[in-house]
Amino acid sequence: MASGVISPANTSVKQPKKERMLFQTFKRLCKNKLAVFGMIVIAFQILLAIFAPWIAQYDPVVQNLSKAQLGPGAEGHFLGTDNYGRDMFARLVYGARISLIVGITSVTLGLLGGLFLGLISGYYRKLDGVIMRFVDLLFAFPGILLAMLIIAMLGTSLVNVVIAISIWSIPTCARIVRGSVLSVKKQEYVVAMKSLGASDLRIIMKHILPNCTAPIIVFATMRMATAILSTAALSFLGLGAQPPTPEWGAMIAAGQDFMWTAPHMTVIPGIAIMLVVFAFNVVGDGLRDALDPNMELDT
Amino acid sequence: MINSPQPLLKVRDVKKYFPIKSGLLRKTMANVKAVEGVSIDVLEGETLGVVGESGCGKSTFGRTILGLEPLTEGTIQFKGQEIGGLSDRKLKKFKKEMQMIFQDPYASLNPRQRIGDSLEEAYIIHTSLKKAERQARVRELLKEVGLKGEHYERYPHEFSGGQRQRIGIARAIALNPSFIVCDEAVSALDVSVQAQIISLLKKLQQSHQLTYLFISHDLGVVRHTCDRVLVMYLGATAELAPADELYKNPLHPYTKALLSAIPRPVPGKKRERVHLKGDLPNPANYPTGCPFHTRCPIGTEECREKRPDWREVKEGHYVACHKVSL
Repeated sequence: MASGVISPANTSVKQPKKERMLFQTFKRLCKNKLAVFGMIVIAFQILLAIFAPWIAQYDPVVQNLSKAQLGPGAEGHFLGTDNYGRDMFARLVYGARISLIVGITSVTLGLLGGLFLGLISGYYRKLDGVIMRFVDLLFAFPGILLAMLIIAMLGTSLVNVVIAISIWSIPTCARIVRGSVLSVKKQEYVVAMKSLGASDLRIIMKHILPNCTAPIIVFATMRMATAILSTAALSFLGLGAQPPTPEWGAMIAAGQDFMWTAPHMTVIPGIAIMLVVFAFNVVGDGLRDALDPNMELDT
Repeated sequence: MINSPQPLLKVRDVKKYFPIKSGLLRKTMANVKAVEGVSIDVLEGETLGVVGESGCGKSTFGRTILGLEPLTEGTIQFKGQEIGGLSDRKLKKFKKEMQMIFQDPYASLNPRQRIGDSLEEAYIIHTSLKKAERQARVRELLKEVGLKGEHYERYPHEFSGGQRQRIGIARAIALNPSFIVCDEAVSALDVSVQAQIISLLKKLQQSHQLTYLFISHDLGVVRHTCDRVLVMYLGATAELAPADELYKNPLHPYTKALLSAIPRPVPGKKRERVHLKGDLPNPANYPTGCPFHTRCPIGTEECREKRPDWREVKEGHYVACHKVSL
């Protein structure tokens, strides 16, 4: 706290406090150079994803065999073409859209499941044991193996990749949420609400959840990186996006046969994946510092 | 209690144990006896102080009365109705009548909620008032505890400790309760703010006909604020007397030791200090007989074996000690 006493000059000014807090977090985030770089990359990816049809001059799936395997820069193809003569840049741009959509939906779904389980097991000690054993069970599988198992059951498709990755995200998220609930639950303001006779739902939604947001936001950001990487990995293995979908992992898989004749087919989507995953990770890291509750008070 | 006002709260043999569980089957290995058989009446309109060292079960006792901790044993009657062991739903109508003021003004307010919204919760939960009416009430409430109506819009971190404690008090009186547990309500504040908060509590006691259970470890504050004082030791009641009587004429050896520890502002005037040997026993391994016998300067064989009765030795002066005779 800067000062406890409220000065009269301060009293009349009404600021939207919630926005100010967000702005403060953003300002702290901007002090971290790597995080700024990450945010720029992510912003760039989002722009590409939204404006893909206007940015790409070529259709990402229409083949043109007379122009196959052109190198970068040749004949108006900025990043060259692949073995079917499709513009690499167009495929990259549409791929950005796919990895973003898959990332967001799978993280959101995983978050919903994890929040539900985490809030319940943290708040109701009686259900804690059962839910946490279930979570342990999910943890027992190596992540990518669990995803492959789910896809093996459901069939190969991008939708199933989303489902697999969200299920894979649930246990980690549930653990994180449970941990924060356990610490927030003991706070006096929660006890005060209980002594007022507030219902459990009210206490959980209005008093516990808003105070657990910091670790959840960090988790979601970091998880985006994992989700994008896993989508690429699963597609690379042929379990996710099927040709001719311009998915980055699938593009690498298609390019590996031409590693020596047309290395740009693997290198370009590889760099894209690396950049985006790196970006989400550094932003997540930066957010962890920026959202530190101890720093929140120095307004 | 003869010739005295109606008891608002009748507490009989209240016990609160926290089980220590271990092993695969979560078997109860031992109990931490936080409150071990407390029987008192809280009279309407009084301020009953509860004192004792850290870990003697004062706070747990307060929370148990309010139903924040499930009761292990005993009965609690509020205005003649049994409230011990009621389910949360049945307890809800009593929660309007019984409130709590918390110790740590920095932890007792939701940091993500505006003050006004925090205070409004009470009306959302218990009344069917419309939003505008609720807000008007909250603004009035803020004024009543010495804050301004426009503080409604602010977040807790913009207030000082004393101001936050005022907000905590506002929340406690929002529903017009008759009984408030002040759990170390002024302990976290510095002395000048303490005085302000105490006078606010006194003012509200007058205007709202409140009864306080004032839990504190500060014997000086208790002397000034309380009508009667209950001394607790290791979850049990040691002595209960009107404040003046207790401070002038302590009977229980523990009370004597406690009172001799009050720092005196008079230089040169030395007071005989009673030093207690040893530490507070582990409440998970509760002593037999009188809970105080392990540290008592005048304890005998009898104290080790038999638990002393809670008896009235003078009018309104209760003590649990074999050695006290009057």
